[in-house]
Amino acid sequence: MNLPIAITGTGAVSPAGWGVASLMSALNAGHPLTPSLLERPRGESVVRTPVLRVPSDPAAMPKFARLRRTSPVSKFAAAAVIEALGPDRLTKISNNRLRVGVVFTLTNGCVNYSNRFFGEVLKDPSVASPILFPETVFNAPSSHLSAMIGSSSPNDTLITDSAGFFSGMDLAAEWIARGEVDGCLVVSSEEIDWLSAEGLNHYSRKYVAAEGAAAIYLELADSFPRILRLPDPISFAKGSRSAAAAECRKILHAENHSRTLLVDGRTGSERFDAPESDAWADWIGPRFSPRKILGEAMGSSAALQVVAAVESLKSGVADHAVITAVGGNQQAGGVLLG
Amino acid sequence: MPADPRAVVITGAGIISPMGRDWTENVAGFRAGKSAFSPVTLFDVSRQRVGTAGQADLPETAPDFGVSAKAWQRMDRGTRLALLAAREALENAGLSGGEMPMIIGTSAAAMPIGEAYYQKALLATTSRRHQLRRVETYQAQRQMTAMARELGITGFSRIISNACASGANAIGHAFHLVRSGKAERVLAGGYDALSQLVFAGFDTLQALSPSGIPRPFDAHRDGLALGEGAGFVVVESAASANARRAPIIAEVLGYGAATDTHHLTQPNPMGDTALATMQAACEMAGLLPEQIDYINSHGTGTPLNDIAEGNAIQRWAGDSVSKIQVSSTKSAIGHLLGGAGAVESVIALMTLEGQWLPASLNVREADPVCTFDLIREPRSAPVRRCLTNSFGFGGSNATLIFGKEGIL
Repeated sequence: MNLPIAITGTGAVSPAGWGVASLMSALNAGHPLTPSLLERPRGESVVRTPVLRVPSDPAAMPKFARLRRTSPVSKFAAAAVIEALGPDRLTKISNNRLRVGVVFTLTNGCVNYSNRFFGEVLKDPSVASPILFPETVFNAPSSHLSAMIGSSSPNDTLITDSAGFFSGMDLAAEWIARGEVDGCLVVSSEEIDWLSAEGLNHYSRKYVAAEGAAAIYLELADSFPRILRLPDPISFAKGSRSAAAAECRKILHAENHSRTLLVDGRTGSERFDAPESDAWADWIGPRFSPRKILGEAMGSSAALQVVAAVESLKSGVADHAVITAVGGNQQAGGVLLG
Repeated sequence: MPADPRAVVITGAGIISPMGRDWTENVAGFRAGKSAFSPVTLFDVSRQRVGTAGQADLPETAPDFGVSAKAWQRMDRGTRLALLAAREALENAGLSGGEMPMIIGTSAAAMPIGEAYYQKALLATTSRRHQLRRVETYQAQRQMTAMARELGITGFSRIISNACASGANAIGHAFHLVRSGKAERVLAGGYDALSQLVFAGFDTLQALSPSGIPRPFDAHRDGLALGEGAGFVVVESAASANARRAPIIAEVLGYGAATDTHHLTQPNPMGDTALATMQAACEMAGLLPEQIDYINSHGTGTPLNDIAEGNAIQRWAGDSVSKIQVSSTKSAIGHLLGGAGAVESVIALMTLEGQWLPASLNVREADPVCTFDLIREPRSAPVRRCLTNSFGFGGSNATLIFGKEGIL
């Protein structure tokens, strides 16, 4: 990266709790969180799916009128953004002294309201709720964020697999480099619903569906950590997941030693993890896998990885961090920070 | 960003819409002022207020350019539309895939497959048959990766979902990637197919015209009609296009994007953000409003949208407003949502190539906001530069400007 683009703000909401501190506490403890069971009656039986939910904490919810009618995906994102920006930047944005863009990456989006709305449509479309439908649109959460912070700067939502957060960072870096914004939030958020949780279980019963959000704030700054390398993601249209994982490792050029931290995207499902495990098999530096602790939060998992890496660097455990993910059906990606 | 941004051109374009399956059929339809609405047959609309939309005539079987029957069968309707338009764009550009990025806009994505998954999951059976495949193929990024394989495109992909501005944003992203030198060429476009959930959604909002006939900019307009389709373009550096002697359809002159924070589903009534994107695109292009020959408006036909856009055009054009020719092609094919911005960009390219302008159909009495030249019948006209607006739910606003090659 030619320009000094740094990550100067982080925010997180995860099954470990609201805030970056809760996230890091759980990751530092190193134990997988205990899932609860999501129960859905189906005919005479009940479908039970293990899930990792964000603990309820009404006090942690940002106060903003448009959030009142939203589902958790928007509320999680809003809380993460407020934490990542901090009060000073929020004031500057509201005073038109800071132009802040929003890039939102997601896989599932507002699946709760999609479920409810389509259920109502099948029952009787003439009485289906007009309040639900707009919230089912993929970019509704990101729209609420721009409205909440009072920014008319560009706002893009990207549909991706679980490696897509790096594409979001890349886009944010483009906007900053072109001078379109002074800084940019890159956000990802997902919510639990039986539709998506059971959907994930179709891939492997080892997966534990999770929810949560993470946000980072990027700006031109000569501070730590900076984005050192953010290569274009490797498309699976080019080859297999394994080939993509290997190429991603190669182009990240991360030095393999004890002062470089690897935060990978492994989930605990061996078949899914194999490409990434193989690509980084010789890694000798420190390494951890947040998804093994926090569950699989689809689009937002890589975002939580990045936040975890930034906080680890700031705590002094390493000089550099390489964060990677090999998505399920689109791409492999990563970033080198230092 | 290099100090001197590169010139960017369009070297290929493809389209499928309710008007026709390719560029030629669409030109013929728009030039003739045809309307392309019909009763919806893709899903049950018997309990909806409205029963018509713009349905595309999609072939049942795999096209004959090497797509296997299995791959075609696994594609959702939207991806099939996208594949046909993208293939036409590449072919026109004289390309057969390659290491180029692919930037695509969609809003509904593979919603019909999600609907099928949902309905199967509700059944009182423990059978999981085909459910994994539905979960997998419901995902837009999986579908677009499959499409890239069929087209032989190996670069990275971005799928933008900014509601009804998605397709325009995709072309805008591609423009910037090429302009900045990050890519030599990009396949960009947008698509959406009709789906029950989205159709019902617009109906619950009472945004659909009860008559099924949208009348953008009519004083008594009562809503939009939905449609489906895809539009794709090859966005390429002028240097690259010239080096390989590719046909150049147009130059991309400007792009503006901004966010309207007024309301989730309603635009600022004075069109503040629409004005901002039009001004930004013109500034980038180095153009004054009077140098724009034609605006392909967002023009949905809803009371609120058309007023906001009309106000924005008035404020943007100032004293020149009466000379600005404007139409909404949604009056003929409906609102293609995530595909709209890309399809309407391709229509704008048609006007540059053919020197004609499509009409806003069905206008009986123009709204007083139309101080511009509202085109009510297709007409021949000199077209050197055209602008297209796209405004979406959530406040995503985008404006693109195209010009005949060498116009600047």
